[in-house]
Amino acid sequence: MTHLKAINRKAGRVVEHVAEQKKDVVALQRVPQLAPHFPLGCSLVFSPGWEADQNGGTAGLCQPVERDIFDCHIGCFWPAQVPDQLNHAPDWTGKCASAQKDWRKLDLVFPG
Amino acid sequence: MMALARREFHLFQAAGRDFLYLVPSAAVFALDEATAAVLNAVTSAAPGSTRQAAPEPSACTEEGVVQTLAGRFDESTVRAAIGELLDVRAIGYEHQPDAPVPRMLPMMPFPLNTMVMNVTNQCNLACTYCYEYGEDKIVDTENGQQSKFMAESTALDSVEFLLKESGRVAHLTFFGGETLLNFPVLKSTIAYARRRAAELDKEIDFSLTTNATLLRPDIIEFLAENRVGVTISIDGPRDMQDKFRVFHNGAGSYDVVAPKIKELLRVHRSRPIGARVTLTSDTLDITSIYRHLTEELGFWEVGFAPVTTSPNQKYAIGDRGFDKMLGQFRALAAEFLEHVAVNKHHGFSNVKDTLEEIHKGVSKAYPCGAGLGLLGVSTDGDVALCHRFAGSDAHKMGTVKDGIDREAQVDFLQHHHIADKTDCSTCWARPLCSGGCYHEAHVRYGTTQRPNLHYCEWIRGWTDTCLQIYGELSERNPEFLARFDREEAKAEAVL
Repeated sequence: MTHLKAINRKAGRVVEHVAEQKKDVVALQRVPQLAPHFPLGCSLVFSPGWEADQNGGTAGLCQPVERDIFDCHIGCFWPAQVPDQLNHAPDWTGKCASAQKDWRKLDLVFPG
Repeated sequence: MMALARREFHLFQAAGRDFLYLVPSAAVFALDEATAAVLNAVTSAAPGSTRQAAPEPSACTEEGVVQTLAGRFDESTVRAAIGELLDVRAIGYEHQPDAPVPRMLPMMPFPLNTMVMNVTNQCNLACTYCYEYGEDKIVDTENGQQSKFMAESTALDSVEFLLKESGRVAHLTFFGGETLLNFPVLKSTIAYARRRAAELDKEIDFSLTTNATLLRPDIIEFLAENRVGVTISIDGPRDMQDKFRVFHNGAGSYDVVAPKIKELLRVHRSRPIGARVTLTSDTLDITSIYRHLTEELGFWEVGFAPVTTSPNQKYAIGDRGFDKMLGQFRALAAEFLEHVAVNKHHGFSNVKDTLEEIHKGVSKAYPCGAGLGLLGVSTDGDVALCHRFAGSDAHKMGTVKDGIDREAQVDFLQHHHIADKTDCSTCWARPLCSGGCYHEAHVRYGTTQRPNLHYCEWIRGWTDTCLQIYGELSERNPEFLARFDREEAKAEAVL
């Protein structure tokens, strides 16, 4: 700020806040620079399709390579495009008791 | 084109420049000429700000402001100034009002910082205006159910209560009645609290308020040795002190207390000792009270507070009294500024306290810590909002034995939030005032929920004065203000 000068401590925080708001939008696949990056639910546990870690590929892990998969629907905030287990495909995960062993049994569901 | 509109702020001048106090953020900014001109243009063009003809429709748009100021500033300067004022929310777009401040309650359980213990509700003085015994009292201290003196066992329970509810640091304040009427319990409580705090690895410090009539050499020595902070209730020189602060037989107390205070100030050097003055319509000569207490008696600090009373008492301060008081506060505050600007001590504590709040940018949801970080304890061990409500069943918040009644506490906080004080919603001084003292409101209006509307003008006048002093100091002695940061860092270091 060049026209307004922060005088008290709160004003300093307002200026910081304003500067913070003006930062560019950072794409999710870019690794945040300051904080440690923990891709929760994506690579700390075994999740089919998400095995790579933060520097190992799949471009940041929150953008599926082909489509949303199992763990998007179970452990992630992502509004996953997976079969609607509530109404149309209640048994979608029925054969997949353990994702580690059974992930191949997660089949495609076609709208019908 | 979107019309610009002013948001909430208070403008003030200090050290020859314009400053902005933003509400509700409580941020203080210094303006340059461009931002001052933009604010002026937006404020004077805003509909409703004048009773004259409505302004040109375009006057308050960004373009309109650029045009209005075209002769004085180039376009890019004006646009940049508008941008910054928008950023800090001094102005906004008329059709996009800012979202209301969220009505958030503090996180619970909130640590207890200060416990005020009423070790007795008896007093050897009979000050006419006393809120505990006078006509405006809440609790029947004479024939009520509460014990007249706190038993040692209750005091020790209170200490346990404080140490259980506190964070790393706890403050214990002894209060009365006249605190020193129960000196034996005070003495054993301090010893016990020190030992228990050490066992629990907490820090504890002690303070008390007294009318000074019972200060004996051995008591003074004890207070000094134990680093007990002392506040003396005293109203000023003999004629003012003896007007209200009298014994039960009507005799004035000045001649009794003056030599004892001098002795206390001579011996007790481990903590600064302050005087606390109650102002009434008859005793409003603030400068001479201050001079007497600091220069003749030797107090380090003097704090003033108007008497708490219903409006029909003769000693109540009326509108004219508040005006007079403000004039005198301003004179003494100006003296404070001249001292502090050249790094000399000045003991007018009202200014210093407010400056600290302005410096930090305090924006209060509640007027004080009562019921939150501060609680009062009655002689029987009932926990109340603060010491002024101790013993009142209507304001009880648990007992020292059973702990804080969390339900009552949350209920209280829900009903006293600044967001619920409609009268305050348009006042620029609300970040600091937040409606004022609960007890004062209770005495005036019969409920702790009402803001103290009888002294709004005085609060705004005084806040404006303190802001001006703050602005002056930010130019003339910023080092003085930086001390508040260091003191806080020091306090946080022990947490």
